[in-house]
Amino acid sequence: MFDLIADSLTYGMLRLPHGSRIAESVRFFLYDVPKIYFLLAVIVFLVAIARSFLPPERIRSILSRENEFLGNITAASLGIFTPFCTCSAIPLFIGMLESGVPLGVTMSFLVASPMINEVALVMLWGLFGWRIALIYVLSGMAVAVVSGFVIGRAGMERYLEDFVLKTKSPGTGPDQRRGWNDRFAYGTEYVKEIFSQVWLYVMLGVGLGALIHGYVPVDLVARLAGKGNPFAVPVAVLIGVPLYSNAAGTIPVVQALMEKGLGTGTVLAFMMAVTGLSLPEFMILRKVLKPPLLLTFFGMVAIGIVFVGYLFNYIF
Amino acid sequence: MEIKVLGPGCPNCKELERRVVKAISETGIGANIVKVTDFSEIGKYAMMTPGIVINEKLVHEGKPLPRVEQIKKWIENGK
Repeated sequence: MFDLIADSLTYGMLRLPHGSRIAESVRFFLYDVPKIYFLLAVIVFLVAIARSFLPPERIRSILSRENEFLGNITAASLGIFTPFCTCSAIPLFIGMLESGVPLGVTMSFLVASPMINEVALVMLWGLFGWRIALIYVLSGMAVAVVSGFVIGRAGMERYLEDFVLKTKSPGTGPDQRRGWNDRFAYGTEYVKEIFSQVWLYVMLGVGLGALIHGYVPVDLVARLAGKGNPFAVPVAVLIGVPLYSNAAGTIPVVQALMEKGLGTGTVLAFMMAVTGLSLPEFMILRKVLKPPLLLTFFGMVAIGIVFVGYLFNYIF
Repeated sequence: MEIKVLGPGCPNCKELERRVVKAISETGIGANIVKVTDFSEIGKYAMMTPGIVINEKLVHEGKPLPRVEQIKKWIENGK
């Protein structure tokens, strides 16, 4: 369906010559943007509905019943359904620790929550297909589970800021009227909000991607940053850190670069760095974690991401 | 009336604060806004940010942000 729309607009309405570079770029843009907007509306709505069943008190009570390891896995899975910025997850982090959830389990949650989010998922699915999206989710979960588990084993509770374990957090949230009508309203509201935040970045990202698609020579990227270059993965991670959770703007560009020879693992590592590691997040986490724990946390996640990068560069 | 806006200072919290200010001026009710940015304080009220506390009662937490109309209702109920 999106194929037809893009074709008729590119060749019919705009009358661009078949096979020309400009037509290639324009068609790429007109195909991807509507498709992503459509997926965004559907997926964000569905995730919001799922999330309406998982208020923070619920997440906390589920995790306080789990033991280690299984708890890490559950925490990483629940992280998929939670809002993606770390600052909104920190009060929940404090609340979980206070109600006895092990530190390592909360860490798994804190890694997965921003890294695996619905916008990144939509962008990956829309531009790379469901396989890559699924690999991203699974390897993101693996990084979250392993780093959380290791931190839990390391017994680093003493590196939490002192107030964290003393805070008495509320037992219940605000009154939630949660019939199906409320859930649909919540979902719609969520779609609108996400849309207002990302629509422009989707256009800019896909636009830039379209230019790369049409104009960058095929082997340029492959030569500079292809699988043969062992520095491609760590460099991609370093570049990803300052691009704070802007999945909407970065994924289309990366997708175009992959067509030109960037390795699959490099792409995955880059995406994880964009969503899961960021400077503003670092500053906010510093308010609850003392430096040794904060550095261990970031170090573990970074190592995990680089490992994922090399692994999938090797497999594909 | 005291309205607390909870949030460490991310863009969402600032947007929420803007909406609360608008809601207060539209209702014409005398209320003062207290910005709570410290996690040790935030943690006493909410488990997600941004949040709104009216007269020590949490009325909203997390995303999506409530609309100005909704905030006005909370303010009028809390009067």
